[in-house]
Amino acid sequence: MSFDLETAANPKGLRRVAIDPVSRVEGHGKVTLLLDDDNQVQQARLHIVEFRGFEKFIEGRPYWEVPVMVQRLCGICPVSHHLAASKAFDRIIGAMPITASAEAVRRLMHYGQMLQSHALHFFHLSSPDLLFGFDSPVAQRNIVGVVQANPEVAKKGILLRKFGQEIIRITSGKRVHGTGAVPGGINKLVTAAERDALKNELPLMLQWAQDSVDLAKQLHAQSEALYNQFGSFRSNLLSLVRSDGAMDLYDGVLRVRDANGMILFDGVSDQNYLELIEEEVRSWSYMKFPHLKSLGRELGWYRVGPLARVQNCDFIPSPLAEAERQEFVAWGKGGLVHASLAYHWARMIEMLHSVEVIGQLLDDPALLSGDLLTSGNRLRSGVGIIEAPRGTLIHDYDVGDDDLVTRCNLIVSTTHNNQAMNEAVRSVARDYLNGHEITEGLLNHIEVAIRAYDPCLSCATHALGQMPLDVVLLSSDGSVLDRVQKSSAGGLSRPTGNFFNENAL
Amino acid sequence: MLQAHKTPLPVLVLGWGNLSRGDDALGPLCVAALQGQFRDALSNSIEFLDDYQLQVEHTLDLLGRRQVLLIDACLDCAAPFEVRQPQPYPDHSYTSHALTPSALLQVFSDVHGQVAPATTMLAIRGESFELGQAMSPAAQTNLAAALIWAKAWLESAILQEPVSA
Repeated sequence: MSFDLETAANPKGLRRVAIDPVSRVEGHGKVTLLLDDDNQVQQARLHIVEFRGFEKFIEGRPYWEVPVMVQRLCGICPVSHHLAASKAFDRIIGAMPITASAEAVRRLMHYGQMLQSHALHFFHLSSPDLLFGFDSPVAQRNIVGVVQANPEVAKKGILLRKFGQEIIRITSGKRVHGTGAVPGGINKLVTAAERDALKNELPLMLQWAQDSVDLAKQLHAQSEALYNQFGSFRSNLLSLVRSDGAMDLYDGVLRVRDANGMILFDGVSDQNYLELIEEEVRSWSYMKFPHLKSLGRELGWYRVGPLARVQNCDFIPSPLAEAERQEFVAWGKGGLVHASLAYHWARMIEMLHSVEVIGQLLDDPALLSGDLLTSGNRLRSGVGIIEAPRGTLIHDYDVGDDDLVTRCNLIVSTTHNNQAMNEAVRSVARDYLNGHEITEGLLNHIEVAIRAYDPCLSCATHALGQMPLDVVLLSSDGSVLDRVQKSSAGGLSRPTGNFFNENAL
Repeated sequence: MLQAHKTPLPVLVLGWGNLSRGDDALGPLCVAALQGQFRDALSNSIEFLDDYQLQVEHTLDLLGRRQVLLIDACLDCAAPFEVRQPQPYPDHSYTSHALTPSALLQVFSDVHGQVAPATTMLAIRGESFELGQAMSPAAQTNLAAALIWAKAWLESAILQEPVSA
């Protein structure tokens, strides 16, 4: 697990290809590839060029505001931030454990979030690449193309997501900016009418979730070599698991496996995550690079998210998803599955598991009645860790006697996967770009690799007219050979001018 | 199905943006202000929704509507605002999680097999979109002007008569 191709020996004499920002990836990601005169990749990096400063945004706020405020960090998984913050403040106000009703409602909210986010990620953002191929025409490779070519697939994706959104609305009180979870518990229960409405939809959702796993499996089986090899590299895996080793996406202890599947660390309390992980700053990216403290930066980096979770747990505690997990594990033929595209398959297994858990929770009487809140001895610090759709999410706070947050540290799934996404870019660059002219289809291979991990490099920010795609091709002397800009609506243009900036390498 | 549990109100106002991202808040703030102004009996005709981003599932929110007003912050429009009539179009719009209004209308037609409801886009000029920033003075001025237009549009929509910018 070295950093081959992270830094070229002599970058000044190389040609630069930039994909800026990465399309369908939220935020301002930029990929730079330095090519020599023979089109050999000499350096490949995924830069995160937007400084987010979320922690400073939170510090100085009253702690009870934070579970609502942090939802504005991400428009795709606001519930994950909402719940991770709530879990951290549970500890600070001594609400350990929260009531059975509070846990049931929060879990329902969280698995609804997993369902809606996984449906969006697979059907909306990634299925165009998977169904049509990475080199397919741009006009086809989007959700509209999926709808036109596969209306039933697209419709299932939309309605699965809607079902998850409906669960969030019911449990959090609103479609967005919900306030359902508060430090110490929740502020509302689920009504019998709301529960029954969800239960009526459940059988269909379960069938569609199973169909979605089948679709992901089918894609792997149809192009086995491609799916096994594309963006594949070995890594450690990190996730929460339940104390008995079961998959648990809401709560648990930290477990790490090495690239061979051996458990390196297990049963690490969420409150002690800093004994396990440290973050490294590199000059060329605003995003930090976390790694396992005891193994160091070169050996200690890891992957999080569906691929890690499905293989890190000993079993999935729901029958349909467990059967699918066993089939997934068998695909590895005795070893771990390390292929980046296998994230999608694992993601669909988790989506099926989420629907099964939602069904179990809807039968739990604690959803409908019971105490909402609890509290106990006050502490100054608290950590809340949750498995967000794209991976482990850590919220860590200190609160002063005046109830104001004095310190905040957030490690989001994208940050955990920073090194892994860089590795995926390098792997694809090595396999697909050497010795070829740079085409839109080839550049999209890079983006496909990133999208397998995380289409969410930043968090919700957009406005009409933003988010162009900028591709710049420069010769070894720095002159612009070609530049293509793609607007947010997909229109292409070729502006002229010299845009080379050595500092951006 | 989920979307069939109640009869949709004939007019939908849907704004999107992030309240903590400076002028990105223009969409949801405009929706909130309009909702306050139409809280009386007229609101039986109008549903107000806001979200972070325009997404595929919003096609379900469009079902059964007679008229739809979409509201978002805009960087490439003239101040104080522009009114557009988006048409269904299979644009690429894959530069973020968000769909364009035209792509949303195209998905609506493809998924539901029917023509999308008459849709008007109110694009309010914004200047700054950084996390934790307050709305810029220019955006506040633009919002005030947009609200006057949107109020007239809604009054007209309730009477089933179009209004121009």
